[in-house]
Amino acid sequence: MTTATVTGKPEEPVVATKNYLTEEGTTLRSWLLTRDHKRIAILYTLSLTVFFFVGGAAATLIRLNLVTPAGIFTPDIYNRLFTLHGIVMVWFFLIPSIPNTMGNFLIPLMIGAKDLAFPRLNLLSWYLYMGAGFLALFAILIGGVDTGWTFYTPFSSLYSNGYVVLALAAVFAVGFSSILTGLNFIVTTHRLRAPGMTWYRLPVFVWSNYATSVIMVLATPVLAITLLLVAVERLLRVGIFDPALGGDPLLFQHLFWFYSHPAVYIMILPGFGVISEIVPCFARKPLFGYKFVVWSSIAISVIGFFVWAHHMFVAGISLYAGLVFSLLSYVIAVPSAIKVFNWTATLHKGWISFDAPMLYALGFIGLFTIGGLTGLFVANLAFDVHVTDTYFVVAHFHYIMVGGMVSAYFGGLHYWWPKVTGRLYPEWWARIAALLIFFGFNLTFFPQFILGYLGMERRYYAYPPEFQAWNIFSSAGASVLAVGYVLPFFYLGWSLFRGKRAGSNPWAATGLEWKTPSPPPTHNFDRTPTVTRPPYQYRPEPEPQDV
Amino acid sequence: MSDATPHPQPVPRPEPQYATMDQQAEAASFGMWVFLATEVLFFGGMLLAYAWLRASHPDGVAEAGRHTKVVIGSVNTLVLLTSSLTMAWAVHAAEHGRRTALTRLLAVTALLGLLFLGLKGYEYHGEWAEHLVPGLNFQENGPHARTIELFYFLYFLLTGIHGIHVTIGIVLIAVMAVRARRGAFSAGYFTPVEVTGLYWHFVDIVWIFLYPLIYLAGRSGP
Amino acid sequence: MMGLPRTCLITWAALVALLAATLGLAYVPMPGPLNIVLALGISVAKALLVLALFMKLFRAPALTRAAAAAGLFWLAVLFALSATDYLTRKVEPAGDLPAPTGREYQSGGR
Repeated sequence: MTTATVTGKPEEPVVATKNYLTEEGTTLRSWLLTRDHKRIAILYTLSLTVFFFVGGAAATLIRLNLVTPAGIFTPDIYNRLFTLHGIVMVWFFLIPSIPNTMGNFLIPLMIGAKDLAFPRLNLLSWYLYMGAGFLALFAILIGGVDTGWTFYTPFSSLYSNGYVVLALAAVFAVGFSSILTGLNFIVTTHRLRAPGMTWYRLPVFVWSNYATSVIMVLATPVLAITLLLVAVERLLRVGIFDPALGGDPLLFQHLFWFYSHPAVYIMILPGFGVISEIVPCFARKPLFGYKFVVWSSIAISVIGFFVWAHHMFVAGISLYAGLVFSLLSYVIAVPSAIKVFNWTATLHKGWISFDAPMLYALGFIGLFTIGGLTGLFVANLAFDVHVTDTYFVVAHFHYIMVGGMVSAYFGGLHYWWPKVTGRLYPEWWARIAALLIFFGFNLTFFPQFILGYLGMERRYYAYPPEFQAWNIFSSAGASVLAVGYVLPFFYLGWSLFRGKRAGSNPWAATGLEWKTPSPPPTHNFDRTPTVTRPPYQYRPEPEPQDV
Repeated sequence: MSDATPHPQPVPRPEPQYATMDQQAEAASFGMWVFLATEVLFFGGMLLAYAWLRASHPDGVAEAGRHTKVVIGSVNTLVLLTSSLTMAWAVHAAEHGRRTALTRLLAVTALLGLLFLGLKGYEYHGEWAEHLVPGLNFQENGPHARTIELFYFLYFLLTGIHGIHVTIGIVLIAVMAVRARRGAFSAGYFTPVEVTGLYWHFVDIVWIFLYPLIYLAGRSGP
Repeated sequence: MMGLPRTCLITWAALVALLAATLGLAYVPMPGPLNIVLALGISVAKALLVLALFMKLFRAPALTRAAAAAGLFWLAVLFALSATDYLTRKVEPAGDLPAPTGREYQSGGR
């Protein structure tokens, strides 16, 4: 693997004594007040990991409860568990996952910049995230919330007896964290590209994060104001969503999904970016149809705003609106499919090696395809009536968000781990974890498609006994999945101290981030690089020497 | 840096991630525009709620609109429009490096902002006295009572959130005024003033739309 | 007088004139929604004046104009696609059912 490395540059002396991990000092203070995008990315990664395990613990309890038809927990506790799982996983893991960790770390490196455009805003964004996170955990500890992550009115605004206002405040605050990150990425991508780094020379990862940022900046404020309206309504007992006053609860759903459907693309688009980096590298081929991949990301970020009411087909919207949104929802499948075809075509006749990042990437392509295709099922008005609020929908969006996004997250984590830490992880353990995650995931969620189709409703703590067999499969799969998720925690932690030194470019990958030592110095590059070639120049030509 | 000159024209060095001050200025101004796009959508949610209320209960909204204090609202519009003028003027003064003028114009802008808030507070006081505050002391009878309550619910949220924006703007402008007085800006460097100005004009634009929606609803009716 | 640029003064005068116009027109009875349409039309004109001349959008780089346009475009999407529902939805009036409002359920500040 490491034969075709950077020519003209000695590889090994870069055991980098002078790198971002040590250069600013190693005190806690130097970390908490840092403005370095790489350090902030590390702060994010650590905090996200905590929330991932909090959300995962809730998921474990949910699957435990569903082993028996009668359930283990009281309905009230069960409601709080799935709400906790939803809120934590959506806003404290999935939305910030790839952008705030890898995006933060890599975007300046990939475009040849010294930092993001607004380093202080970047740090503020992390503090907002942490403040919001503590608020959410506090709300959970003192009693929890039972509304579901969707906060549907008038239940959330008038009837729920959970700590709804606290949870709303937490999500409100984390929303601004996400807006600041998006704003930072947009300005950085426009204004800080190195000389010669034209738009069509940007790695797809940067494009994807750019498209994601557009959604963050334009959709999140609508969520913020909507949640504010709910909180005020709950505190004052009067508001625009209360049907008894002549208000409209569906207005809440329109506003909520105006954010929350595009938010699905916030969660998946950065994943597309990661896969577009990994697949060419481990197939040793340029990315097939670069411009199509790029523009399909942009198309998704725009069209993603046109489809929100497909969450409301049975909620009482007009049939005409249902028709419009159903058609638009089919349209968004086109750019997603383009990406899958492009990755497949990149693999075609490639020189494929099955290293851990590639295993995650291949898993992603398969699982995302299943998730995407079942998305077409639920975009269909008639079929959606049958499966609304069943486990079919649960399985569908977990295939996208867990099968897709979390696989991409782990794939990216492994792919850039040597860059971030300067160490290599143990390859075989990583492959085992990747396979466990893939099989565990399918065993968990495929039965849920069947359960949903058979009519098992989501969000109930109990179910009719005839569904038990499938539920046991699902819970068994969840335990395999849990092992798969815990495993990297150990071997990656081990590699921090005992892993082999990685060198600047262990995968012989293209891209500016591999031209700088691992771990990179605080200001990323000694000299601002000049770019002369398009990205992904694998195999056909020797490594570009444009630094 | 350039301590040699008797009247230093401070042109700070760019932050490490920028090559030039121009690049930094462009990034700051573009960043503010992106933020303003966010703000458009932030107010947009409430405006959609307003549109829905007005479309589904036109008579109630018309009656509620006639309860609002159109004189204060109109004077306040004039105040904000004028403050936008002084702000634009201040940026112009900054461009030409006129420090005293810049300081004074920023101060006037901030004072106009305070005047706006004062009038708004007086208006709120009147509404409290008339029992028009939903959830706290709302009392209204008649066929449209509930629509009037929802109208005032949105009224207080829209004007309240706008008021928070005005307050933030006043603080920013005051900071700029102090910095200008201390000579932080010059014809070569005044990006913070310019960016603050963008924010202030945006707050003005929001009010330009709130004014007819709140104060002019139902005026042509009985 | 401290070098007040003429464009700024003219812009301000136009804004004040438009304010007077919208206030006056609001009291003239007009058919249908013409009142609000006119009022919003005048607001758009005022906003364009502020954007173009005070915020110097006309002289700004294309990128800045794109950012401004994006905010408005997505706002339009929010309104237009919501309208597909609201303009075609048939609401059955609930009549005089004694529906409980929020006041009957206290949240205790949570």
